[in-house]
Amino acid sequence: MAGRLNLWRWVVLGLAALYFLVPLAASVVFTVDVPGEGVTFDAYTQIVSADGFTSSLVLSLELAAATIAVVLLLMVPAMVALRLGAPRLRPVVEVICSLPLVVPPIAFVAGIATVLKWGPDYLSRTPLFQTFVAIQNPSFPFILVLAYVVMALPFVYRALDSGLRAIDVKTLVEAARSCGANWPQALVRTVLPNLRGALLNASFLTLALVLGEFTVAQLLGFQPFAVWIYSVGGSNAQLSVAVSVLSLVVTWALLLTLAGVGGRDKTASSRG
Amino acid sequence: MTATLTRADVVAAASSKRRRRVPSWIAVVPLLVFVAVAFGVPAVAMLNGAFTVKNQTTGATSYSTANLTESLKGAYLTALIGSVKLSALAGALGTLLGLPLAQVVVTSRFRALREAVLTASGVLANFGGVPLAFAFVATLGNAGVLTTHLGLKDKGWDLYSFWGLVLVYLYFLIPLMVLTITPALEGLRTQWREAAQNNGATGVQYWRHVALPVLAPSLLGGFVLLFGSAFAAYATAAAMVGSSIPLITLQIADAISGNVLVGQENVALAMSLDMVLVAGLVMAVYLPLQRRSARWLDA
Repeated sequence: MAGRLNLWRWVVLGLAALYFLVPLAASVVFTVDVPGEGVTFDAYTQIVSADGFTSSLVLSLELAAATIAVVLLLMVPAMVALRLGAPRLRPVVEVICSLPLVVPPIAFVAGIATVLKWGPDYLSRTPLFQTFVAIQNPSFPFILVLAYVVMALPFVYRALDSGLRAIDVKTLVEAARSCGANWPQALVRTVLPNLRGALLNASFLTLALVLGEFTVAQLLGFQPFAVWIYSVGGSNAQLSVAVSVLSLVVTWALLLTLAGVGGRDKTASSRG
Repeated sequence: MTATLTRADVVAAASSKRRRRVPSWIAVVPLLVFVAVAFGVPAVAMLNGAFTVKNQTTGATSYSTANLTESLKGAYLTALIGSVKLSALAGALGTLLGLPLAQVVVTSRFRALREAVLTASGVLANFGGVPLAFAFVATLGNAGVLTTHLGLKDKGWDLYSFWGLVLVYLYFLIPLMVLTITPALEGLRTQWREAAQNNGATGVQYWRHVALPVLAPSLLGGFVLLFGSAFAAYATAAAMVGSSIPLITLQIADAISGNVLVGQENVALAMSLDMVLVAGLVMAVYLPLQRRSARWLDA
């Protein structure tokens, strides 16, 4: 019985390892073993000098930084306030933050594209038109930040909620207040340090989301990192796979760091 | 945000201490306003557009359900059915393959293996999109490493097909299943197995009469979640098959990019609404199931 169980274990684990490792290994082989040229690391050395690599990566990182800043500025005060008072608003905020899960990114971007078309159609004589133009500036499309913040809400909500659940916000704030701290001081110097894990968790998940996001950016016509990889794929297969491998390694390093920081929190927050 | 709190603070300080509640309510307002603008406006625009029909000759617009009926006809219907078929199949396979993997991991004596597989699952479940598609193209595509070395092409293998997509989708669906089902498997008490064995049950009987009925809500919930995840996936399919496989996400993308007949622009919005309805249905099934399976885990 025990022998059969062990065999079953090894078969299952072996097959899983095969399925999950072979594509990664094959991708690396594909990039270094070019037919007719032998083993070469050209694909990797080409990356840095490739057209559009730096600008798209920088754009993605800027978008990620802006998204993390906006989503945390919106969510942290709101979530802390919900803990301190206004308990009736808590289910409202939970539902609102879960709504993006019901709207797939492609449906969301269809809505955004419709709204953006109102700009030239109806608003060209109003001051709002300038805003429409400004948020679609190709060098820093703020519209993507708006979309990504919405898409990150469910993850950030869950990360912050589990973090806040672990500490007694009310006591912390009351203690800080009775020691003479004002509200901003109480928030920044007592609550936030205790939320470090949850804040990191939320930031990493948002970063991974923005770096890998393709649907919204491509359909609105912007070119951050994921869209650039896609566009390279048509002309230079080796290069695009090499960049894919690299972006995988980077994303994994990020998420593994997160798993190390957050422990099992990570599995809880990515469920759903 | 800091400014809001400061002003609220001044108000609170100026009035009596009973007015402390005011700031907590105010801090939620920016979030609500943001969601109303960034999420509410596009959602309303989608709804409005889905029900708006423009008369080509007069240019007048009117409300009707014509777009919705159109979105359930011809090529659009084929795409919707294709998406449902692909998601259902990939979801079912992901459920069936994820369960044994999670079971082996949960019952393993090696803590390190458990932690490693669960962490890797967390990473892989979030890994989709363009890099995943390219990794599989490099492995099993027409010039892929395995395709050329094993001569799979002569054996009729084609990655850019329905089954090819299923194979690729499983790469993020199986880990998602492992994550979803692990808490339920951890809730299976060893005492239950021992009790079943003491009563003379075989391993198969234990699974059929004890474990699977307890796991059923979680399994079904997991399947629904996998279905939803596969249904909404776009980047992987777009990077891999272009639009050679009829999928609703690819159809919508085509329509947004302007590849659509005059007068049918709003059909994309109607298709988006179809997708939202399906995703809403998925959530409506998933949440009660998750609550039901949580009952077994709390005890």
